[in-house]
Amino acid sequence: MADARHPEFTAEQLAEARRLMALYPDKRGALLPVLHLAQDTFGYISLEVEEYVAGLFELAPAHVHEVATFYTMFFKEPVGRHVVAVCHNLTCHLMGAKGIVDHLRERLGVEPGETTADGRVTLLTVECLCACEQAPMMQVDDRYEGLLTAGKVDQILGALR
Amino acid sequence: MTTTEKIFTRNFHLPDSHTLERYRATGGYSALAKALAMEPTAIVEEVKKSNLRGLGGAAFPTGVKWGFIPKGSTAPKYLVINADEGEPGTFKDRYLLERDPHALVEGMIIAARAIGSHLGFVYIRGEYVQPWRVFSGAVREAYAAGLLGKGIQGSAFDFDIVIHRGAGAYICGEETGLLSSLEGKKGWPKIKPPFPAVKGAFGHPTIVNNVETIASVPHIINRGAEWFAGLGTKTQGGTRLYSVSGHVVKPGVVEAPVTTTLRSLIYDHAGGIRDGRRLKAVVPGGSSAPILTADEIDVVMDADGLKAAGSMIGSAGVIVFDETVSIPEALMVVARFYAHESCGQCTPCRESTGWIYKMAHRIVDGKGRKEDLDTILDIAKRGAGTTICAFYDGAVGPYVSYIEKFREEFESLIRSGAGA
Repeated sequence: MADARHPEFTAEQLAEARRLMALYPDKRGALLPVLHLAQDTFGYISLEVEEYVAGLFELAPAHVHEVATFYTMFFKEPVGRHVVAVCHNLTCHLMGAKGIVDHLRERLGVEPGETTADGRVTLLTVECLCACEQAPMMQVDDRYEGLLTAGKVDQILGALR
Repeated sequence: MTTTEKIFTRNFHLPDSHTLERYRATGGYSALAKALAMEPTAIVEEVKKSNLRGLGGAAFPTGVKWGFIPKGSTAPKYLVINADEGEPGTFKDRYLLERDPHALVEGMIIAARAIGSHLGFVYIRGEYVQPWRVFSGAVREAYAAGLLGKGIQGSAFDFDIVIHRGAGAYICGEETGLLSSLEGKKGWPKIKPPFPAVKGAFGHPTIVNNVETIASVPHIINRGAEWFAGLGTKTQGGTRLYSVSGHVVKPGVVEAPVTTTLRSLIYDHAGGIRDGRRLKAVVPGGSSAPILTADEIDVVMDADGLKAAGSMIGSAGVIVFDETVSIPEALMVVARFYAHESCGQCTPCRESTGWIYKMAHRIVDGKGRKEDLDTILDIAKRGAGTTICAFYDGAVGPYVSYIEKFREEFESLIRSGAGA
């Protein structure tokens, strides 16, 4: 993972950022896509990343800060190698989300919002991920995992390196 | 089991339903050929006659909305698809993006021609990674087949699609919040008027439509407005996708005509209540829809039917509660959601959602005060209608209905001083 304290895109990533900017009537429309690219590259959106991205868009860093901090998917601090985000909204609540969160807290030894000491997993609770037919469910990095039980959670955790 | 014709879901069971080949094999893109030969105003008229109403939440007549694009305007016009599905209890657009993405692509091209747009955006919530991948694949296929880009199918019509990923914010499902976000800003809703049809994305005339709404359009063009209108009620045509979740035997997406009752959805389509338990309550249209008790489920699931029942169809997310559910606890969960997702722009919403969550939380913790219920009701009702967007009104729905319909349960919890 590239260094979030000294961020710089590669030539290829810069070309991708420029391509994204050209898709919108005003290049600023590409700010979210470029922040996604930055997070994929640097791991999280540090103040330095905000400043770097602001430079690409010719925006004040404060504008980028305002945007980056508005959206829950942009991490402001380093996260674990894997992010486990458990839905605790209404249907998942009805179907036992609290038991799943408690099980994860116990297995990982962290509270929601924290990362395990070995940097393996960040545990989060999140609002509705709109997969209520599989409740209780969670997002593990890019994928949805549903119909969770303690046993299934253990299996999923066991596969995370 | 009620059997009805499947329109949206006819290919859902096929493993390759997301491919261009399968879509074409089942009649896909034939509506486009028809629409390219129609006058744009004729497309708008056909959609008006079909009684198609917005299926994202507001139930606004789609053809009427399209008609709001200023006549004769030479400014660029944009078609924006709201795929920022986020209403708790709703998951039907995810199914459409993954299992019938070409219906959205085809519907977009037809809608774009109707409103004179040459650039469309699809705003997909950031968490929907798989739906984004599948839909992106469909768009690539459509470009390769000459269905998107310059001179579509040998016509003089050009249309491009840009797929835009959100980044986690429920408020971006509100159409003007979505447009702010698309413009690279935080997702703050904007005061209307001006409406997006006059001044929307990047300051230009813009139509924002839900995924399912636009996926209906090819079927309307192919089979005619009368057919579509005839499937529904006097004021709303078609079948639609109901997302059914919670304590039912078979949770999932159900396609049914909008004339279906809530009882039929729960007992015929979703197999009834799990584990032989009794029904306690239902949220019929996503978490913002006022709750209905077990005695109120003989209601027709169209926009007007639910309005008459004091609730709303919203996104048609049906959340079923069995008799074991604590309503105060459910209110706390819902209140936490609105407190978390309030964008913070309007004072009544920012402050009330936060304080109501705190009160709901202390009631569940066994520390509720006798006056809390009336305080919540007072705060909720005072703020309704005072904010820039409908988010806070959506929060008021559950605050007021949970307490008014299950007041005794709240009061006994407060009296006992025990936690839920």
